Amino acid sequence: MSTRRFGERIERNADAALLRGEGSFIDDIDLPGALHAAFARSTVARAKLRSVDVSAAEALDGVVRVYTCENIGALDAPLPLLIPAPDLTHPKTQRPLARDDVFYVGQCIAMVVAVDRYVAEDAVRLIEIDYDPLPVEMDLDKAVMDDAPRVHPDVPNNVAGRFCVETGDTDAAFAEAEHVTRIRVRLERSTAAPLECRAIAARWEAVTGELTVWDSTQSTLSVRGGLASLFRIDEDKVRVIAPNVGGGFGQKIMMFHPDEMLVPLAAMELGRPVKYIEDRVENFIGASQERAQIHTLEIAAMKDGRVIGLRDDFLHDTGAFIPYGVAVALVSATSIAGPYRIPNFRVTFRPVYLPAVQVTPYRGCGRPHACYAIERAMDQLAGELGLDRFEVRRRNFIGKDEFPYLREGLIFADGLHVSHDSGAYEEALETLCRTIDVDGFRAAQAAAREEGRYLGLGLGFYVEGTGLGPYEGGHVKIHPITGKVYVNTGLTDQGQGHETVFAQIAAEQTGARVDDVIVVEGDTGAFEWGVATFASRAAVCSGNAIHMAAVKARAQIVEAAANMMECSQEDIELRDGAAWVKGTDRSATLAEIATATNPLRYAFNKPSASATQFAPASRHDGPQLAEGRTPGIEATDYYSPPHATWAFGAHAAVIEVDPELCTIEVRRYVCIHDCGRMINPTIVEGQVMGGIAQGVGGAFYERCEFDEDGTPLNANFMDFLMPYATEVPDVEILHSETPTPLNPLGVKGVGEAGTIPVAQVYASAVEDALRPFGIAPIREAPLTPDAIHRMLRQARKS
Amino acid sequence: MKPALFEYVAPRSVEEALDALAGDEMARPLAGGQSLIPTMNFRIAAPSTLVDLRRIGALEARAVEGDVIRVGAMTRQRDLERDEAVRRANPLIAEVLGNVAHIVIRNRGTVGGSIAHADAAAELPCMLVATGGSVVARSTGGERTIAAEELFLFHMTTALEPGELLTEVRIPALPPRTGYAFQEVARRHGDYALAGVCALVTLRDGVCSAVRLAACGIASKPTRLAAAETALLGAPPEGEALADAAEAARECVTAGDDRQAGLDYRSDLVAALVRRTVAKAAGRVEGRA
Repeated sequence: MSTRRFGERIERNADAALLRGEGSFIDDIDLPGALHAAFARSTVARAKLRSVDVSAAEALDGVVRVYTCENIGALDAPLPLLIPAPDLTHPKTQRPLARDDVFYVGQCIAMVVAVDRYVAEDAVRLIEIDYDPLPVEMDLDKAVMDDAPRVHPDVPNNVAGRFCVETGDTDAAFAEAEHVTRIRVRLERSTAAPLECRAIAARWEAVTGELTVWDSTQSTLSVRGGLASLFRIDEDKVRVIAPNVGGGFGQKIMMFHPDEMLVPLAAMELGRPVKYIEDRVENFIGASQERAQIHTLEIAAMKDGRVIGLRDDFLHDTGAFIPYGVAVALVSATSIAGPYRIPNFRVTFRPVYLPAVQVTPYRGCGRPHACYAIERAMDQLAGELGLDRFEVRRRNFIGKDEFPYLREGLIFADGLHVSHDSGAYEEALETLCRTIDVDGFRAAQAAAREEGRYLGLGLGFYVEGTGLGPYEGGHVKIHPITGKVYVNTGLTDQGQGHETVFAQIAAEQTGARVDDVIVVEGDTGAFEWGVATFASRAAVCSGNAIHMAAVKARAQIVEAAANMMECSQEDIELRDGAAWVKGTDRSATLAEIATATNPLRYAFNKPSASATQFAPASRHDGPQLAEGRTPGIEATDYYSPPHATWAFGAHAAVIEVDPELCTIEVRRYVCIHDCGRMINPTIVEGQVMGGIAQGVGGAFYERCEFDEDGTPLNANFMDFLMPYATEVPDVEILHSETPTPLNPLGVKGVGEAGTIPVAQVYASAVEDALRPFGIAPIREAPLTPDAIHRMLRQARKS
Repeated sequence: MKPALFEYVAPRSVEEALDALAGDEMARPLAGGQSLIPTMNFRIAAPSTLVDLRRIGALEARAVEGDVIRVGAMTRQRDLERDEAVRRANPLIAEVLGNVAHIVIRNRGTVGGSIAHADAAAELPCMLVATGGSVVARSTGGERTIAAEELFLFHMTTALEPGELLTEVRIPALPPRTGYAFQEVARRHGDYALAGVCALVTLRDGVCSAVRLAACGIASKPTRLAAAETALLGAPPEGEALADAAEAARECVTAGDDRQAGLDYRSDLVAALVRRTVAKAAGRVEGRA
């Protein structure tokens, strides 16, 4: 191959501009005459609002308008529940601006629109809010007690709904079991913390009746639909653009955040563009968080280590509201068996309201929780049965010849069944063991103990249902003037590298140079069918749709080229931006072909002049554009997956623990990952590495903390310990490639993968390192030096 | 996260700066801004005027004069860290600075700024206490020298009077036959220390003839570990004496439980760090095999 395409390590084509500071994020978009918004937010977790007095703010020089629930008209209503579910018996969503009650510190009470953000913030401080505080319970366990204060008066026990998912006959499995392992694990709240916080700008053109919104969102099309519906404007008159977006990790899939409707409202009412750039504190207290769950898990095993059943009951902290339904908790429940056969299991769970900012999906979305629970349990089972941790897993893996492996009766977050489509789990574990050299490690561990140093080996295996539907589209067009290939899809990029991998997919079929493929997405004006970027789905859904459209475009190119060069279609090969007659030096460039297929009469430039030297691109009698044909080279197609495709992987790490200082040092970290066929290994590695970095945060550093009154304690980057590059280990990334039979490209998603097992890997390694001290098993994530200290102290006492 | 309205002046001489500060009690000097600016953005601090010291070249002077290293208050931390003459005179300084935040912060952060800020967990104030350094404070009324142990009163509180400007930091050179060490435990590289210990150990005939130990992060200000020093004096820096010193250091831990470390953990940390830094310092005494 003379051109590098699908499967090649092509450099990300967007980075040069981003690294030079030439990206265009929301705050870079210069809207002359723009006003700026700031919010007055609740400083009390749960209270009745006695009064909200905005008169002093309104009187401040430079303030244009102050909005409260009283002057936002029809917007003063609870926001939509995006994903309803029958068992979600007590769904609650917030209002754009609080009315009568506040439910968490950070909730929006008023929006000030002023000439600049400085004045807007000055005005916010002049708003007088009189609270009548109500009691709160911040502890997830205690919040479900009968006597716990309620977040919402009409929600008993703060439980939003009671859910149960089951496959097989769980009770029979437990009756048959020779051994039952019980554990209780707890994961803490964290947050996505994208580098660019949320942001939105809106401009209303009264003359044309067009609303343009620039939104740092993962979902331009949904926002457009929502705004058209709210403001009763035709969708054609609403354009939503996500320019460069500095990370989303799920937080920007949510719609609506209050500002996403209030900023357009203000732009329409005030007749001037309005901008809102969320700051870091607001992102902590006002956007969304995720991760807190408490699982009580039992596994029913035979003495040989085979797990035949599982029961899990968990509490899921959903914050004060549940706008995204139970997506996170449902993914936890349906992922609980991991890569293991476990033919019988039942998971019951309760989403619980706590007076804290809402919970919506954050990279991993329920999977890190499930992985931590099942993998901690597998480690414990191995210990209880006296088996090696690796061996116990080997005995339970779904075997290579057992795919597809259907979990009968389970419904995944996409509403479709859970079926592991392909995999090579045991093979992946073997590669991992070989690479980290388990036997060599044991010798090194023993030698280190002689010197008073404590090394531990940790491992974690994970699976990930990726590429969820319903569908995405792809549009491929070859520009007749430049010959460049334009590719569009409806979802959006937040830095993942879509513009590179989608270009590779289109180049593979059209023969264009990858550099000549221009990907435009995240703009409802460019392509208007699709869903959004979430659930590790872009490569699967949009990737296949673009592939299918490109296959159609290829057929058009080949037909036209064969006609033009008067040869058979079989003799045409596409490469280097042109169609070639095989074995000759005769060729027609994509620009010439695209021009020739458009029956237009003017020679704009060289390719269009030279196109006339060829035979006609279309051979038929009658009108020059044959019946049923479209001009040029252009195709659109859609891909809708039959169900999620299951990626997988395993991580192992060697961690040294200093039992005096209670600090850790990661000596080695190895990851093997399988996302089916790789479109671009470099991008896969970037995704995996980024995921691991966020996983490290959840494993040892990040925890959103609240005091007992519900006040956030570390809502800033000084106190919320996001790992620096210095805290993230070097990772050896190995690849395994098991194509999925579910889609034409054989690809699975990779966006969230790296995040999933890291907390388990750290816990497992530290536990192994400190085994000589007889510490209690690790059951909480993140692990902290203080927690290690407590465990060691406890062990010394007993 | 936008500061309240404030005035900004950038005088070119210490005298002008002192005049600006003397005329306005709510005015604050700006010396790098790595702590002050964030607190202003959070609107925790709302000074009426920022008196930016960056144009006062005189405050960037530094010199090794005999036994004293004189460091102009506006010396950037990174510049001091990389100053070869300073490193030769007292290598402890560079070792401590390597633990102060990150290079990009040290590029802007100043020595005087960090010391006047007086965070109880900060490294530079701890180093100044350990070395027995001092600062020069000037006001329109004159100039005085304040010893490190008199300077730090409480977390983010110093003995500097309103209108007084810290102009120079004086750090003693490393005494002869003295080894040094600094070690801290922080949650992340560059974070403020959960606990940090600075050790200076002078040996004569294998026993400690002088010991200076100070810790950060364990109390409301950088703290001399006097009882630990006493335990080591006249003894070899190892074995029982070292163990006693480590135990004695625990008494100085008064910082209550916070979100990262309980009192017990801090106490264990300071004991371990005393053992490690004293051993390391003793190992660095020149001429000692």
